[in-house]
Amino acid sequence: MTDLTNLTLIEMQTGLAKGNFSSRELVEAALNKIESTDSKTHAFLHLAKESALKQANEADRQRKSVGATGQSPLLGIPVAIKDVLSVAGLPCTAGSKILEGYVPPFTATSVKKLVEAGAIIVGKTNTDEFAMGSSTENSAYGVTRNPWDLNRVPGGSSGGSATSVAARYVPAALGTDTGGSVRQPASLCGVTGLKTTYGRVSRFGLIAFGSSLDTVGAFGRTAEDVAQIFLVMAGRDEKDATSVDAPVPQIKFNGDAVRGKRIGVPKEYFISGIQPEVEEKTRAAINQLKELGAEIREISLPHTGYALPVYYIIAPAEASANLARFDGVRYGPRADADNLWDVFFKTRGQKFGAEVTRRVMIGTYALSAGYYDAYYGQAQKVRTLIKRDFEAAFRDVDLIAAPTAPETAFKIGEHVNDPLAMYLEDVFTLPANLAGVPGISFNCGFDKNNLPVGLQLIAPHFREDLLLQTAHAYQQVTDWHKQSPIF
Amino acid sequence: MSLTKEEVEHIAKLARLELTDEQKELYRGQLSKILDYVAKLNELDTKDVPPTFGGGLDKMHLRTDEVHPSLSTDALLKNAPQSEDDQFKIPPVFE
Repeated sequence: MTDLTNLTLIEMQTGLAKGNFSSRELVEAALNKIESTDSKTHAFLHLAKESALKQANEADRQRKSVGATGQSPLLGIPVAIKDVLSVAGLPCTAGSKILEGYVPPFTATSVKKLVEAGAIIVGKTNTDEFAMGSSTENSAYGVTRNPWDLNRVPGGSSGGSATSVAARYVPAALGTDTGGSVRQPASLCGVTGLKTTYGRVSRFGLIAFGSSLDTVGAFGRTAEDVAQIFLVMAGRDEKDATSVDAPVPQIKFNGDAVRGKRIGVPKEYFISGIQPEVEEKTRAAINQLKELGAEIREISLPHTGYALPVYYIIAPAEASANLARFDGVRYGPRADADNLWDVFFKTRGQKFGAEVTRRVMIGTYALSAGYYDAYYGQAQKVRTLIKRDFEAAFRDVDLIAAPTAPETAFKIGEHVNDPLAMYLEDVFTLPANLAGVPGISFNCGFDKNNLPVGLQLIAPHFREDLLLQTAHAYQQVTDWHKQSPIF
Repeated sequence: MSLTKEEVEHIAKLARLELTDEQKELYRGQLSKILDYVAKLNELDTKDVPPTFGGGLDKMHLRTDEVHPSLSTDALLKNAPQSEDDQFKIPPVFE
């Protein structure tokens, strides 16, 4: 019998419909693989073994009673969830000691929609603490290791989810992207990762980091698989006032999606300091899109160089406000103290990790009396200029193509002592968050160390369909996405 | 720019963070470097540029004012470090 964990989500759907295997077998195969090999990768913080097996039995029963037609699209498919998204009854730590032991009493809307469509949650995946980081090294529960090279990081912050798909534990996983936290780990792990348009997917039940930037996204091995998850999650939610009531497209996948599309290549994304093989592979991939019928144009996004400083004011400022709720009163552990003031100071001082502490302090400073206009106010104005860059570009092109990250997976520990060097990992991804537009990353080759390189595509608001169709067309004529790590 | 130890202490106080002297010194250096870097934004003349406040395209939606069941007190208190009589319990605020 074939190894069920090697199947894509679509292949699982087909096999389940034909009765080739049961959901119970799929979920058991996933759990067995995680239990036997995740000690090497540490993608998961918590396994939901009992509930997953129970739900798999239920899915198999439902499939028999309903018959072939009218099935929920994800019925019986195992998935993994980043540990910043709440699932009622399962621990949710956000990678932080300050939420150790916390079990949310409600489920995030994005997850609820997957479950209602029949998906089975096998576990919660590792993340940088409160999604702040680009390597998953900031998790309070240990680093996740890249299955392509266990001495290297998987990227972050959704490094656990990216690894769970790259290692073929599950066919799909949810992540979140505030400055690149889906696309960058997708690039470093050689999988397909979609950052959705701001407001496209409800954030209810997501532990907030930067509220004007946070988005929920998905990982899969193929663009078609990611589309299955995206289509289920998208849509307006009454519980998230920023979610948008935009029609969710029907996405047609045929090989001809790229023909006639104008793809812009921003000159500011091919800067000195970028790993030469990253430039070489991404340019080759753009050339492949040209062969598929795209028209390639050089464009300029002139304020790109300011995106990083804008982001590192706005995201910490918003985080410093969002993380004020973690004070040892309502959830999580409480430090020993005999007055309330000390409860706040000691709990937060002892339980937040270094990167979270740094960002809370930067954000607090940027919002404090006397500094607000110079930092936060100025950053918001420059954010407008970055948004305008994209608006102008999308008057001339349908899509933008660029590298996802300036380098392939780096060694564990390589950047931990230099916060600014780590922040540079997100230099190509965070402009899309500042503008609120969607992006995707997918594997477009390997460097000399056999580490994946990602191509990033960025589209106008609500054009996830274009991203997925273009990635799919590329994956029809290449087989990078079919490569599997040996670890 | 270089933050002073007093400035780091002031920020930590605003953020309700207890730091050791070692941490204060570490963050003093790191935050100074980060603030130097973000000062790059002052190169741009933004006199006539309006700020972007949020990430959204359209205005926020209000939901209809209907009564829905909410989570039970028990469910919400379950995660509390200390509770008593259906309330979160905290150490004394006043002497």
